[in-house]
Amino acid sequence: MILNLQNIYKDYQQDKLVVPVLKDVSLQVEEGEYVAIMGPSGSGKTTLMNIVGCLDRPTSGTYELAGENVLGLKDKELSAARLNRIGFVFQSFQLMPRESALDNVSLPLSYAGIKKKERRERAMKALERVGLGDRATFKPTQLSGGQKQRVAIARAMVNNPKILLADEPTGALDSKSGKQIMELFQKLNDEGVTIVMITHDINIAKQAKRTLHIIDGEISENGREENRV
Amino acid sequence: MFENIRLSFQGIWSHKMRSFLTMLGIIIGIAAIIAIVSTIKGTNKQIEQNLIGAGDNTVDVQVYQGDWPYEFSYNPVPEGLPMITDSVLQEIKDLESVEAASLYLSRQDYSAVYYQNTSLSGGYVTGIDRNYLSTCNYLVQRGRGFTEKDYTDYRKVALLDKDSANVLFQGQDPIGKTIEIKQEPFVVVGIIAKADEFEPVINSMDDYYTYSQDASGKVYIPDSAWPIIYQFDEPQQLVVKATSTNAMTDAGKKSADILNNTLSVSDETICYKSEDLLKQAKEIQQLSQSTNSMLIWIAGISLIVGGIGVMNIMLVSVTERTSEIGLKKAIGARKSIILGQFLTEAAVLTSLGGLIGVIVGIILAEAISRLNEMPVAISVPSAVVAVLFSMIIGIVFGLLPSYKAANLDPIEALRHE
Repeated sequence: MILNLQNIYKDYQQDKLVVPVLKDVSLQVEEGEYVAIMGPSGSGKTTLMNIVGCLDRPTSGTYELAGENVLGLKDKELSAARLNRIGFVFQSFQLMPRESALDNVSLPLSYAGIKKKERRERAMKALERVGLGDRATFKPTQLSGGQKQRVAIARAMVNNPKILLADEPTGALDSKSGKQIMELFQKLNDEGVTIVMITHDINIAKQAKRTLHIIDGEISENGREENRV
Repeated sequence: MFENIRLSFQGIWSHKMRSFLTMLGIIIGIAAIIAIVSTIKGTNKQIEQNLIGAGDNTVDVQVYQGDWPYEFSYNPVPEGLPMITDSVLQEIKDLESVEAASLYLSRQDYSAVYYQNTSLSGGYVTGIDRNYLSTCNYLVQRGRGFTEKDYTDYRKVALLDKDSANVLFQGQDPIGKTIEIKQEPFVVVGIIAKADEFEPVINSMDDYYTYSQDASGKVYIPDSAWPIIYQFDEPQQLVVKATSTNAMTDAGKKSADILNNTLSVSDETICYKSEDLLKQAKEIQQLSQSTNSMLIWIAGISLIVGGIGVMNIMLVSVTERTSEIGLKKAIGARKSIILGQFLTEAAVLTSLGGLIGVIVGIILAEAISRLNEMPVAISVPSAVVAVLFSMIIGIVFGLLPSYKAANLDPIEALRHE
């Protein structure tokens, strides 16, 4: 099991009020799975994603990432986990506007302390993997939305993480570009990458092999036929 | 690291106006310091040159009685004050700080030298040994110097300097003419001048009293002819040429010590002393320096103000780039990487400010020197220190904003758009 979250609670302090966001959420994902998490806004899906992505810590519960208890890790070790084991894709792409596509993709490699020459080679390979080998020198402003998201995916995959976390990856794209991104996800999943994707678009969620619903901080699974009553 | 520096320049360039205004405090502070330091250095150099002369490095060692040079004109040679022998001179020449040494005898006489009816009043008559001209950097400008025969045959020949030639001959050619020294006829054989013609720069009455010398002219004769007009067995004076300007004090002091060992005078106050021009120069320099170092401290305050400006703008920059910081953290950047990035940016900003400040300071110093006719000397080490110092200011004042950036909560940061 690559992701194993048990009994996760997450509360936010709002003034003097404690607001529960996640209530007893458990989530298990096997290696190579393709999971979609659906839910309306405010349901806690982004919070769950942040916890899965080692950006946030739950108030209580346990989380094992590839068998390792992540909640006991120090700040530095969490950074390393984000760097090497998890790739992030955001709705708004989050590219560095003044850097070329190649430089954007090589950014995580520089955090891994890889030499410049190797960085360029590996970033180039990652760009080719998403079909943008000919756009390496382009700045984000010169790219379409779909291309930007593909650069972001290349950046997420450049360190060859086992897990790709995507937060509304097609939310800012037209349907055609969205479809291309979905095809890319499918390709990555076929190559063995575990994908966890947040969306509120049912058509996008259908691409995944398994869909989870999160409503008011509680998770329910209805993707597997056999789990249905 | 280079990546960070490149990114910093990119950031600075994309906010030209803001970056410039941020750097302004540093620029003004550094420019002021460079201008002040250059002026101090220039003044000091001038003081040193005025006193020591350009690149001459010669030190006079004379017999003193108490605080004043012993006057051989009015007084007999004291008992126990021997002439300086060749072996003693050799001992002095062997000193490490001494490049050359020569012996001479000198008198300031008010009515000793005449050409026809013209007198060289207040001029000096100097009896010199064979090496004196080279030791003191004199060159024969016209005619010839003294030959070996002039010494061995006790010839009555003389060399004039420019001043004495002007006073005595008033434009006529002195070579071959006969002048009268103490009623003895001497033939002028040549005119000599310092290899580096040096005129002290006089800016004020104080300078005049400090640096001006009797410019009434000198007449040189071979020291072998000295007893003809003055007395026998008169102890010579010594001039040593130090190996460098900084060695002058040492050369003078050690030579005087050697000479004093040969003395057996009953009057304890009679001894050889070196004229320590270097020390005099340093004393005057310190006076001008202490007033100016106050100014440097005041300029330093503007650097602190500039540093606070940098801190302020860096805090703004951290807020502006919250989502960038969040993303970098999300994709695996450690705290130290974010910290390094912002510290580098602050340091690059202030170093650039320092560099511009140095350039402005040099221009300012040049302008001051043109306007006030004051000398300036741009000091490379102080320019390097200035840039380094402004870099340190950037790091110190960049610490707080960078620390803030490094500790941003990535979730908060990502939400910020």
